[in-house]
Amino acid sequence: MRDDTSKHRSQKQVEGVGVGTAQVHAAHAEHHELSFVRKYIFSTDHKVIGIQYGITALLFLLFGFTLMMIMRWQLAYPGEPIPLIGALLGPERAPDGVMLPEFYNQLGAMHGTIMVFLGVVPLAVGAFGNYIMPLQIGAVDMAFPKLNMMSYWVYFVGGVTMLVSFFLPGGAANSGWTSYAPLAVIATTGQTAWLLGMVFLITSSLLGSINFITTIIQLRTHGLTFMRLPFFVWAQFVTSFLLLLAFPPLEAAGIMQLMDRLAGTSFFMPSGLVVSGVPLPYTGGGSPLLWQHLFWFLAHPEVYVLILPAMGIVAEIIANNTRKPLWGYKSMVNAAIFLGFMSFIVWAHHMFMTGMGTVISAFFQTTTMIISIPSIIILTAFFLSLWGASIRFTTPMLFALAFLPMFGIGGLTGLPLGLAPPDIHLHDTYYVIGHFHYVVAPGTLMALFAGIYYWYPKVTGRKMNDLLGKIHFWGSFIFLNGVFMPMFIQGLAGVSRRLYDGGAQYAHAQEVLHWNEFISVSAWLLGLAQIPFIINFFWSIKKGKKVEENVWQATTLEWSATTSPPLAHGNFVQIPEVYRGPYEYSVPGAQRDFLPQNERA
Amino acid sequence: MNIPYTSTARPDTGLYNAKVGIWLFLASEVMLFGALFSSYVLLRVGAPSWPHGYEMMNIPLGTVNTIILIGSSVTMVMSWASLMMKQFSKYKLYMGLTILLAVLFLVNKYFEYSAEFHHGRFPRTSTYFAIYYTLTGLHGLHILGGIIVNSYLWGPGSKMWNTDPQRFTNRVEVAGLYWHFVDLVWIFLFPTLYLL
Amino acid sequence: MESVHSDEVKKSVRTYILVFVALMVLTMITVAISTLHLDVAAAVTVALIVATIKGSLVAGFFMHLISERKLIYATLILTAVFFVALMFLPVSTFLNSVAQ
Repeated sequence: MRDDTSKHRSQKQVEGVGVGTAQVHAAHAEHHELSFVRKYIFSTDHKVIGIQYGITALLFLLFGFTLMMIMRWQLAYPGEPIPLIGALLGPERAPDGVMLPEFYNQLGAMHGTIMVFLGVVPLAVGAFGNYIMPLQIGAVDMAFPKLNMMSYWVYFVGGVTMLVSFFLPGGAANSGWTSYAPLAVIATTGQTAWLLGMVFLITSSLLGSINFITTIIQLRTHGLTFMRLPFFVWAQFVTSFLLLLAFPPLEAAGIMQLMDRLAGTSFFMPSGLVVSGVPLPYTGGGSPLLWQHLFWFLAHPEVYVLILPAMGIVAEIIANNTRKPLWGYKSMVNAAIFLGFMSFIVWAHHMFMTGMGTVISAFFQTTTMIISIPSIIILTAFFLSLWGASIRFTTPMLFALAFLPMFGIGGLTGLPLGLAPPDIHLHDTYYVIGHFHYVVAPGTLMALFAGIYYWYPKVTGRKMNDLLGKIHFWGSFIFLNGVFMPMFIQGLAGVSRRLYDGGAQYAHAQEVLHWNEFISVSAWLLGLAQIPFIINFFWSIKKGKKVEENVWQATTLEWSATTSPPLAHGNFVQIPEVYRGPYEYSVPGAQRDFLPQNERA
Repeated sequence: MNIPYTSTARPDTGLYNAKVGIWLFLASEVMLFGALFSSYVLLRVGAPSWPHGYEMMNIPLGTVNTIILIGSSVTMVMSWASLMMKQFSKYKLYMGLTILLAVLFLVNKYFEYSAEFHHGRFPRTSTYFAIYYTLTGLHGLHILGGIIVNSYLWGPGSKMWNTDPQRFTNRVEVAGLYWHFVDLVWIFLFPTLYLL
Repeated sequence: MESVHSDEVKKSVRTYILVFVALMVLTMITVAISTLHLDVAAAVTVALIVATIKGSLVAGFFMHLISERKLIYATLILTAVFFVALMFLPVSTFLNSVAQ
């Protein structure tokens, strides 16, 4: 077979003598005999694994969003029976269809956990990273394909553990996605399931990050130096380092919280705790703040894990649809690296209200202010990339463009939170919820949608329908703002987060309570706006317009060096060689307005 | 399908894939044990009183275990060196010794824990014992993991020596790096928990 | 992996034995010093210094870090920086706290 022979040759060139022919033939024989299970379920192919991550993550995103839509009923109409599903929830969750505070807390904790750990990161890193990154670097697969397979399945088990927890006595975890001690230590059984689920998810993440970093370092094709990498790959590279080094402390903390819950230790339990008049059976001497430090040591870098891949996706789409090189590629790369580094030393800005002294508070305020700079550099570079461009308003580009001001709002609203004095007023209010959702929802999620519309043709060979795409875009954009903008108003008025009645009992909330209904209606309309996307996603697999392999006329290897799907096992008919940077669009004197990385001049 | 650089090094980085992978893994392990050490520091500094290690721990047993583990590190690196010198039988000997010493370490830990339980010292007894059991327990699990991997490389996995000696040698080197790290953690654990 | 000559490996073997002996000696030293029951600050300092020397020997010679590639060094230095942050910053919020 022609493609096998060229692979042999390039492998031999690349590895020197050492590839036994017998081995190679055996590998191919194995390949020809793969069963359905080995090909689609327990696959070691990064493309299959990427799709597995993608579908699973999208389902979790939908589920996590559904939990919120239910919560928003209680917030809009506190004490009213939930229509349709109220009766189905049962008396332990919603007697007579009216949501219990305990159930509200479960929904809140699981919404956050599912969206962050089961939805966004697996989609941004597990799906997009796995599928696209090896293609963009000209690799036949990840460095450790079997480890990759394990990554997905361990994530799957972690996800199932989280879902199953809803059916435990006392329901799912209900101490927030932040699981603060001592509350989480004395909480219902669902919290133990949360901790076990997190251990699985962290393990999955660890295996994945080792794979990503090794692959990017070791398997770049010939001519692909680091500064010729698409920004998407740089984003995944930095993200993987964040996952690698920031998750382990949370794993340690998770083990310690499990010990507190199951072995009666007092890692996080202070002395003398009394609950409902009964002293707790702990020897005490522990520190609730220890949990917070270890949790936020991960959770702060985690938010950069949420945003960096999104920036990577937006970079690809902007360059492609402006038909210009990205402005300030080198600055963007350096900014991403600096951002990753700084993200490890800002975490206690989540803890300004825990009684720390002015010196250490000043330290964290300073690092937090500094970390806004690389984000601004990247956002500015994106905006400047639009200057003088011939913008193609394709569906992915609409989402990518919208990302810019949305991330801007998210980032700017973070500034008062990063300074201790205003944080005194804003901490744990709806302002915080507005801030971080702007970055993740109108921000990252829109970028992820952009990525789906952009790379769908590479995965399926067909384009998604543009009309449905535009309806999805406008609906999402408008209603996302409808949901989160009023939260700043509520937060500035002092409405606390995690209140199951949306602040109804507080005098200071009365004037801004009416926004609850507005936000909820926006959320439900946002839900409706996803229907065209879901229909489009499945309908286009079989009925979408068939397109050629480089439909967007892009320069990066996943478009210019691969065939139309299904992509060859081994990805490339011929391993590409790279001659130039990733965004050589509109090169003066060139025949076409794009010069692929692997095209000889 | 053949992934490049599984056996031979990539020219510009000078590394084969598994070596990059294992060092990345060890970096994450530094952060894992680091978090526990950090917790130890925070708990001890914040405590009104904290027992000295020499008041609570069996120092002779701990010292013996330290010697055993360091010894197993030597035998581990010798097993890799034997493969580099193409002496497979010596490899089997040294790797076998490594596994034996590791098992011995765990046996000692079993006696240690048993004695401590017998004296009513459980994780819930105090934060000192909580962090002691968690640190040594997690470390012990890592030893167990190492025993499993090394046993595989000694037994069924060693067949690879016949089909791809280079790749097998790399596997042993990589397993060795993990094993030395486990030893390294103990080198800090022992004084922290037993002597201070 | 570049092929390594038999003699180089034999030299390494000698190094391994020497390192083993050094580690034994240092273990004895650290246990001996602990019997002096120094005050906490001094005890911690000495113990950490000895442990660091032992750890460096294991890392440098058994793990071959002394002749490793730049890439590995870079990863480890980065990790070391974050490790230091993790060790010192949380306890600093205790030492510099409002309730002093």
